[in-house]
Amino acid sequence: MKTSLKWINDYLNNSINLDADAVADLAEKIERTSVEIADSTTLAQQQDGLVVAKVMSVTSHPDSDHMVIAQVDIGESKLTQVVTGAPNIAEGQFVILAKVGAHIINHETGELIELKPAELRGKVSNGMLVALQEIGFDSKISPKDFEAGIYVFGENENVQPGDDALTVLGMDEPVLDTDLTPNRADMLSMIGTAYELGAMLNQAVTLPDFDLVEYESPAKNQVSLFIDDDDLVSKYAVRVINHVTVEDSPLWLQKRLWNAGMRPINNIVDITNYMMLMYGQPLHAFDLDKLHDNEIHVRRAEVDEKLVTLDGQKRDLRPGEDIVIATTDGPLMLAGVMGGLESEVDESTQNIVIESAVFNPSLIRSTARRHNIHSEASARFERGVNWDATYVALDHAASLVDELAKGQVARERIVAANIERKEVSLTITATRVNQILGTTLTLKEIAGFFDQLNFQYTLDSEKIEVILPARRADMSIEADVVEEIARLYGYDNLPVTLPYGPTTPGKLTRQQRQIRASRKILESLGLNQAISYVLTTPEKSQQFAENVTAKVVTLNYPMSSDRTTARQNLLAGLLEDVAYNVNHFVHNIALYEQGRVFVANEDNELPTEIEHIAGVLTGDDVTSSWQNQKAARAVDFYDIKGIVSAYLDQIGTTNIKYVATNRHVNMHPGQTADIYVGDVYIGFAGQIHPKLTQSQKMAPVFGFELNLFTIMNEAKSDVQYDKISRFPQVSRDAALLVNENIENAKIESVIRQSAGNKLVDVTLFDVYTGDNLPSGKRSLAYTLTYQDNDDTLVEAEVNADFENVITALVNELDVQVR
Amino acid sequence: MSLIEDLTALKSAAVKRINTSGADIEALRVSLLGKKGELTALLKGMKDVLPEDRRAVGEIGNDVRQTITQLLAQKKAAEETAKMNAQLVSETIDVTLPGSVHRVGQPHVLQQIIDEIEQHFLGLGFEVIDDTIDSPEVETDEYNFERENLPKDHPARDMQDTFYITPEILLRTQTSPVQSRSLEKHDFSKGPLKMIAPGKVYRRDTDDATHSHQFHQVEGMVVGENITMADLKGTLLSIMQTLFGEKHQIRMRPSYFPFTEPSVEVDVSWNEVTPDMKPEDIEWIEVLGAGMTHPNVLRMDGIDPNKYSAFAFGLGPDRFAMLKYGVDDIRQFYLNDVRFLSQFNRKGN
Repeated sequence: MKTSLKWINDYLNNSINLDADAVADLAEKIERTSVEIADSTTLAQQQDGLVVAKVMSVTSHPDSDHMVIAQVDIGESKLTQVVTGAPNIAEGQFVILAKVGAHIINHETGELIELKPAELRGKVSNGMLVALQEIGFDSKISPKDFEAGIYVFGENENVQPGDDALTVLGMDEPVLDTDLTPNRADMLSMIGTAYELGAMLNQAVTLPDFDLVEYESPAKNQVSLFIDDDDLVSKYAVRVINHVTVEDSPLWLQKRLWNAGMRPINNIVDITNYMMLMYGQPLHAFDLDKLHDNEIHVRRAEVDEKLVTLDGQKRDLRPGEDIVIATTDGPLMLAGVMGGLESEVDESTQNIVIESAVFNPSLIRSTARRHNIHSEASARFERGVNWDATYVALDHAASLVDELAKGQVARERIVAANIERKEVSLTITATRVNQILGTTLTLKEIAGFFDQLNFQYTLDSEKIEVILPARRADMSIEADVVEEIARLYGYDNLPVTLPYGPTTPGKLTRQQRQIRASRKILESLGLNQAISYVLTTPEKSQQFAENVTAKVVTLNYPMSSDRTTARQNLLAGLLEDVAYNVNHFVHNIALYEQGRVFVANEDNELPTEIEHIAGVLTGDDVTSSWQNQKAARAVDFYDIKGIVSAYLDQIGTTNIKYVATNRHVNMHPGQTADIYVGDVYIGFAGQIHPKLTQSQKMAPVFGFELNLFTIMNEAKSDVQYDKISRFPQVSRDAALLVNENIENAKIESVIRQSAGNKLVDVTLFDVYTGDNLPSGKRSLAYTLTYQDNDDTLVEAEVNADFENVITALVNELDVQVR
Repeated sequence: MSLIEDLTALKSAAVKRINTSGADIEALRVSLLGKKGELTALLKGMKDVLPEDRRAVGEIGNDVRQTITQLLAQKKAAEETAKMNAQLVSETIDVTLPGSVHRVGQPHVLQQIIDEIEQHFLGLGFEVIDDTIDSPEVETDEYNFERENLPKDHPARDMQDTFYITPEILLRTQTSPVQSRSLEKHDFSKGPLKMIAPGKVYRRDTDDATHSHQFHQVEGMVVGENITMADLKGTLLSIMQTLFGEKHQIRMRPSYFPFTEPSVEVDVSWNEVTPDMKPEDIEWIEVLGAGMTHPNVLRMDGIDPNKYSAFAFGLGPDRFAMLKYGVDDIRQFYLNDVRFLSQFNRKGN
């Protein structure tokens, strides 16, 4: 909230020093004690050289039909000549002159420019008459009257030629824009802010004073109030004021409004806004003569009701939910949110009703949200207004309408709802405060903070009974009070300690260690970790999913069509990463990702989250760019399979099986294997289907996706030392001509089953398919290694074992030994 | 000639032959010292030497043998060295040619930050809660908001735009719900609860350089019988010094979160702070929110706020990584550009 420190000073006995350096220090202090300061500035900024000028004469410009030549008095011995195109200039006006040498901010570029004498169609202009928008006023705050021309001071403002216009307009007042957290509703008012700054500066607050004169005729003869639903308001009161003169507000009031970032409109509206800024209590003024009858109802909207609000929008009201103020004819306004156009106060208004209320905060909040109106009023009602200010603000407003609009205040407030606020008092002990803050404060020091805050309390030797003031709607419990103490004591003054007490071991669970190990293993195998987006399209969420019939988790209101559905696989995201890299000229890619996939359950249940790990490999395996024997070669299925095998071995799974599969629609049907630990399926590896990669000009991409939960279930953590044999190894080679459709896995399995107990290793060392083999055949060559732990092997024994293997291969797989 | 003279003559002849010989050292050794060699032949004459002279002659014989043996060994060593040198010269290569490439994968930069935080807190005896049951990314409205003291119409819900799945189920907007889930399970007879919860969170934001609909948080919480705000300050100072360096300082400013009271924003000094530094020369940047856990939150989780006190904080790895490495666009973290990922390859820092 834009807070003029000059205004605050009204309540703090002028104790705030308004010098720039002092203001900077204060802003810093507020940030450390209270709330953030978004901006600390003045409306003037770095502008200068602006003075009040009296227009002494206006003559036409001989060479221009839209410009005139004016002689103005700026309190100097000679008049100053200016040429202006302002359509609203007239003799006798008091206006603003930017003198030669003045610095003003160009409102389009934001640059500070120095004004030089100008010649306009042959006539010298010593300066420029300016509009407020030309000297730094946002168009949202400058009065509408002068939108099309220069600013003209009101007749009664008592300004003198030569006065510093920045001062006269209040543009030199330092304004702190406080960035309020939602709890600090109290600081949405000048008085509330004064209490806060007073606490910081240890300065008592003086509340504003006013006299209210009531006329004989009672207000209740002119309107009657009806609260149709007690849930809607805690307090509701109005005043009726007759015979008002609606006109511009005096400059002092306009200054307060524009320094607070509000546009002056007319005296009645300005007074309600002024009171809102002063007390934090939103008020609303209706034109009494525009009401259909004299009944004012506070009720919920009914079916098919419509309302045109002050912003000109026609709104369909939500029956039973929106709160409205209404006559028997229909709604007048969205209560606490925005007024209605039909009962708006304008220049012809003569009699007004001013309303002051405490509306139900959550109903206001939902109404404001539903209609997307976040007004100054709704902001305050939502967060909670000061229950002690409802009638004060109303009466103060009435007194100002008398003073500034010559209104006659009808006798008595009409009060339709007046729920008494329950006073909250809390018992505070020093022990408890110190136990929470880690401090060593005494009860007396704590009481000192309550003095600063102007909280009422009683102190005895053990405790303080503190009464929470109505203006602090955010406070209700002990912790709230502790916070007040902490921030006034100063967070910098808190000791620095670490929690003490029973020691707890900081350790990871086995599952956590395995997930971290999984990442490390894949990194050591050369894959970079990727973190992709979880939200994706419905298609991609299931592109490589374990079970495409599983239900997906879908947002009910997504931001974009690219991010609607939670992923059921990681590969699709990695494939997007590959595409991004390829588009950016990176072709050799090795990535993995570890993360969750999501499977929806019943609507009212949380989905099942499953940890997966997946990887992709594409481009060349570049070992060396220049060594012939290690030159680049394209990666292939066996590279990704090698990575998966190494990973599965390191993580502790054994008995891994790779089974050729064509069941994954987005994988190459001839280059994909389902992977099992024993009989348990854990995932797959293979080439991403070329239909997905070729269209994007990608080289073949190989990938795998594994279910980490299943892997961790199957992984064995027990490692047992295997004695290393000191006896020599004996090996035998077998080159086999086999039918093409017989897989290596099958052959190896037959070898192991028939090999006897001395076989320690089978290594495939050659695969050959070529012209000099019979069609439908290929050649596979294996080295079988034998070793005994306890003895040197006997040649004959090995030969016999090897013969058994060959026999089994011939019998079972119809191989020919070459 | 006497045997002594013969031996002496053999010695000088042998020295000469060895020194000038380019021939096979092994052949020379055989011809001089072998069973049929010259020395052996001469020493056969020992039997004719008078017994009283044998000792002297024998010594001379040994000297000759030793000298020849030594010389031969030296010669052989020199020859081997020369051969080795020749081999080395012939094998000399350009060592400035590039080495063979070994791909080493990196943890993602965000993972590195999370790992650093995790290591720090493990050292302080914290648990890490990041499993799918106690730290689900899809949460209920109850745990994400209501248990965090944010009832349905709370104004602070405006601060967080949420991806809902159903009216009661959503993508978590913060890692705070892990607090409640951990508290429900904690056995206080085994000591205070000290936990961190790293993980992904989601907000209904349009992605740009500073906003991402997906990012990371590390929630932290300590609940015990005498946990103070001074402990919070000490804990945050220690993690910030781990992440940003020992000479960095923190400061706390009042703030508001529905789930903590008092609540603070925490700034870390961008520059290193020395004792002689003027306060206005320290540049502060906002890095995290923290506070003493709100009694309502403790109560909703079944903890007596009069017996136990607690602090909580939320760390943002994405923001830390941006600050620490000068990354100017948060989207970089999720594009997985290999040129980006492989920059963060320093280990052991």
